[in-house]
Amino acid sequence: MPRRIVIGIRGVGHRVIDSIWRLGYASRFFLLTLLKSGTSLRRFGLVIRELYFTGVLSLIIILVSGLFVGMVLGLQGYETLQKYGAESAVGTLVALSLVRELGPVVAALLFASRAGSAITAEIGLMKATEQLAAMEMMAVDPIARVVAPRFWAGVISMPFLAALFSTIGVFGGYLVAVVVIGVDEGSFWSQMQNAVDFRYDIVNGIIKTCVFGVAVTAIAVFEGYDASPTAEGVSGATTRTVVTSSLAILGLDFVLTSFMFRGMS
Amino acid sequence: MTPEALVEIKGLNFSYGERSILKGINMTMLRGKVIAIMGGSGSGKTTLLRLIGGAVTPSSGYVKIAGKVVHELKRDDLFRMRRKMSMLFQFGALFTDLSVFDNVAFQMREHTDLPEPMIRDLVLMKLQAVGLRGAHDLMPAQLSGGMARRVALARSIALDPVLIMYDEPFTGLDPISLSVIGNLIRRLTDALGMTSLVVTHDVQESLKIVDYVYFISEGVIAAHGTPAEVRGSVAPFVHQFVHGEEDGPVSFHYPAEAYASDLKLETGFA
Repeated sequence: MPRRIVIGIRGVGHRVIDSIWRLGYASRFFLLTLLKSGTSLRRFGLVIRELYFTGVLSLIIILVSGLFVGMVLGLQGYETLQKYGAESAVGTLVALSLVRELGPVVAALLFASRAGSAITAEIGLMKATEQLAAMEMMAVDPIARVVAPRFWAGVISMPFLAALFSTIGVFGGYLVAVVVIGVDEGSFWSQMQNAVDFRYDIVNGIIKTCVFGVAVTAIAVFEGYDASPTAEGVSGATTRTVVTSSLAILGLDFVLTSFMFRGMS
Repeated sequence: MTPEALVEIKGLNFSYGERSILKGINMTMLRGKVIAIMGGSGSGKTTLLRLIGGAVTPSSGYVKIAGKVVHELKRDDLFRMRRKMSMLFQFGALFTDLSVFDNVAFQMREHTDLPEPMIRDLVLMKLQAVGLRGAHDLMPAQLSGGMARRVALARSIALDPVLIMYDEPFTGLDPISLSVIGNLIRRLTDALGMTSLVVTHDVQESLKIVDYVYFISEGVIAAHGTPAEVRGSVAPFVHQFVHGEEDGPVSFHYPAEAYASDLKLETGFA
């Protein structure tokens, strides 16, 4: 059926063009957000208010997850390392896994589902209930007043959340390996201290969290602003935020890791 | 342009793509008056408000406010003009994350450098005008529909605009709130010397308070006149609309093929 094939090809073409158009639109929106950030920086109170919602309210899930991830790492690490008689290296394993990879990535994934989805839903609902249109009619730019403060709050809180995640994770590893299993405390900490390099491990981890913070929050504010103003539109946008930012985090993590750690020892 | 006209609309056309929404609208709105724009759902009333507010650009024709063509203004000038006008949205569109007080204070804080004690006095005065001074520390979620609409009204008069547009201000209100809102629109317009433009399909309530009515049907002005003229009108559309008759120029049935042939009934079978 040649007609069906033509329709099929046309459909594919439409989808590709739409996605590229949307990508371009999202990039322009991102630049616009940066350009209109002046108000947020001048009136920092706006950002601080959002820091509470995105940062402080994400603390519980970040801390609890961090603790459990660290505890599992301690347990699994001990299981494997003790076969080679290297159980005192469990501190190194826990710290490096957390600081380099799990801290930034898992914290960002949690952040996307906790704070990113909330930002999208809030902005989407503001749009659906004509609050953004009302603001525009009051001669107040919604990108400057609503989008930019949420964006900066997300970008600022992400590195702190990831740092807390790693810290409490290391503590979780300590609890399991040293307090419960009985690995020597001195070697646990001293091996960790020897192996973890500030520039190579910690700074690279921080760079990752900053990149993830920008990606997740930019996706969240864009999806909220772009949501169609209906209940289905907002719920769809919230789902897209979580899916897109999770994929973006994992993809970006691979790219960043391949630039930062290329098997040098 | 007569000296008192605040809004002047000439030959206004607007279409979404192929679909023509407004076709050659002419209107003049005098200062200090309450003007109603009526018409069925989907007749282009809300689009007209968006055109006056400069949210969309007409295909041809123009909207002039105080002598300035709206769609030719630069963004900064448009924003400057919007500070002198305001809009009451259908369901109020209060900012859900701000209290009643902060909602009314919003524009004062965004656009002026007034000291906080003065903002407090002004906000309480605006809330007093709509009878909700006592509700100033409630959140929008705690308000009834009518109260939310009144807070939104207080917010829209925050900076003493010269023009207020109301998008379906009576929708979904009980009879008491309905007449409260209606009377507030009239009283505030007179007290503040504003011009009010009410888009509505609530005929009875709005005929009580307005000075002049325009009927829009299918993108053209079907009729216009004072409430007394409208009530006495014999024009078929106006008569149908004002008296809420089911059939008339606006047909009850959506255009369709002949009923019998749609049901596959051949003549002679029945």
